Amino acid sequence: MHALCIQTLGMAVGHGVRCLSQLAELPELHQMMRQTCRDYAQKELAPIAAQLDKDHKFPAKQVKELGAMGVMAVEVPESLGGAGMDYLAYCLAVEELSRGCASTGVIVSVNNSLYLGPILKFGTEEQKKQWITPFTTGERVGCFALSEPGNGSDAGAASTLAQQEGDEWVLSGTKAWITNCWDASATVVFATTDKSLKHKGISAFLVPMPHPGLSLGKKEDKLGIRASSTANIILEDCHIPLGNMLGERGMGFKIAMQTLDSGRLGIAAQALGIAQAALDCAADYAHKRTAFGAPIGKLQAIQFKLADMALAIESARLLTWRAAMLRDAKKPFTKEAAMAKLAASEAATFVSHQAIQVLGGMGYVTDMPAERHYRDARITEIYEGTSEIQRLVIANNILKEYQQ
Amino acid sequence: MSARVLVGVKRVIDYAVKIRVKPDHTGVVTDGVKHSMNPFCEIAVEEAVKLKEKKLVKEVVAVSCGPQQVQETIRTALAMGADRGIHVEVSGKDYETLGPLQVSKILAALAKKEQADLIILGKQAIDDDCNQTGQMTAALLDWPQGTFASEVNIEADKLKVVREVDGGLETIKIKLPAVVTADLRLNTPRYATLPNIMKAKKKKIANVKPADLGVDVSSRLEVLKVDEPPQRQGGVKVETVNDLVRKLKEAGRI
Repeated sequence: MHALCIQTLGMAVGHGVRCLSQLAELPELHQMMRQTCRDYAQKELAPIAAQLDKDHKFPAKQVKELGAMGVMAVEVPESLGGAGMDYLAYCLAVEELSRGCASTGVIVSVNNSLYLGPILKFGTEEQKKQWITPFTTGERVGCFALSEPGNGSDAGAASTLAQQEGDEWVLSGTKAWITNCWDASATVVFATTDKSLKHKGISAFLVPMPHPGLSLGKKEDKLGIRASSTANIILEDCHIPLGNMLGERGMGFKIAMQTLDSGRLGIAAQALGIAQAALDCAADYAHKRTAFGAPIGKLQAIQFKLADMALAIESARLLTWRAAMLRDAKKPFTKEAAMAKLAASEAATFVSHQAIQVLGGMGYVTDMPAERHYRDARITEIYEGTSEIQRLVIANNILKEYQQ
Repeated sequence: MSARVLVGVKRVIDYAVKIRVKPDHTGVVTDGVKHSMNPFCEIAVEEAVKLKEKKLVKEVVAVSCGPQQVQETIRTALAMGADRGIHVEVSGKDYETLGPLQVSKILAALAKKEQADLIILGKQAIDDDCNQTGQMTAALLDWPQGTFASEVNIEADKLKVVREVDGGLETIKIKLPAVVTADLRLNTPRYATLPNIMKAKKKKIANVKPADLGVDVSSRLEVLKVDEPPQRQGGVKVETVNDLVRKLKEAGRI
């Protein structure tokens, strides 16, 4: 009876007929892949996460192992070296990995959503072979260079320039806050090809790393996700072949926005993983720590906190799953993705904050992981679209729905 | 090499779960409790898949006995690299009383039916800790056995098995067909990769009933009572060695 349920749901999900009320359980395929990612995260990532954070160390060995498992290229078709699974599976993977180590989660997410994503969607067959296949194994990771020192949310004001000189493009400018860049072998860069067309004059380019004319700024000393590198990418007279343009001229802004729509689900999944890890920590402590003669889990103050924490996570998780399923069904999902990212990132900061509160003094020291979850959670409200931008995206969609 | 390997996989309560005894003391709570593949069975599957990758065996068949849920366990074996599965349907009261004797009869019958050349099992299951199925299966088939294996090598038509025994390591050579039971240090089981999980979806799991194999699964054992181990009492500190000897004598220990 149980398996029949799963089979029916599996068929329902497989045929793109998705009704969230039916989804009491994930299809068997997704459960299996969630389990394998959870096993890996708990056995291989969680034990080293604190040390990776202290050392600001890129988990190269683990990234290779994850590549071998197919996790570095979940949605990429098998013909190109990927796992050929859907976006829901990808979100489950990122959540489980982030639950073990948030830095590893973002490294996986950036490679999948921000680097492989746009090339898969907008690349030519040649570009896919050259820029996707080597980046599916975990041997190489990619990055996404949109933000600049002068503009983050204001992505349309890109000041990095791309000028055509014969059969080459020459890029110049500076990109900021680029995740993975010190460990990456390629980047998707956005530069202005026609300043007069404003945001419609931005194009996307593929640049290998290292490359003459491309240099990296110093690694940022961040509050959290310290095992992933973040720095400026400086382009000075950087020559690339004409064939390195991704998509058509002037398509860059559209590519960036569509890529971020999907990317923010990866970040939502990362935030869920961080929040879940923080809740795991707090709930475990509530059982073990005694005060006033009993485990603190018996106190209403703690119970109310745990309930609010669990509620925030579960709501955000369902929003994330729904957005992923809409995307898999090729339905519009922009509003839902923004809602998912907003809900999940605010859940992560709320839950990790309360987790420290439940742990009391122990939450403030590095002996327990609560302080690391607190530091890791904070960035999820900022990158791949700040919470403020998410609200604008949601509001715009609502107003469109109610258009007179 | 045309060898076919049969690997037994058992669905047990996950090793990390805290076991609770049922209020009526007839067993442990299994409803809603997380289950997974017995860790020693994982090691058995890994060894079989490794032999296949070395091209020393041609086909790996994963077998499990139990209700519908054991199909998850078989599918995990398929995701690790087994080629196909066999689900021997045993449910209800029969499943509750299913033990090594009945399972070994089933495995022996399947080994004959599938013309298996090698059976690899976990050395024991972490729920009953019987450590009997491998040995009984070998006896029923009149096959040699290499139990507690920490190393297995195929050399022509023989198997070289290094066994972990109390005195250290014992190396034996046994003729195929044979039964091997896997011990902890035989290998480190792989994580199921996403592409293999996808492939596992397409692999076949055949359904078989014990009656089809001519096996009677009724049990000759009756569980009278299941209890938690006694709560550990605190120790007592003594001042001198004489006190210690006296207390031990009083407790009837020496």
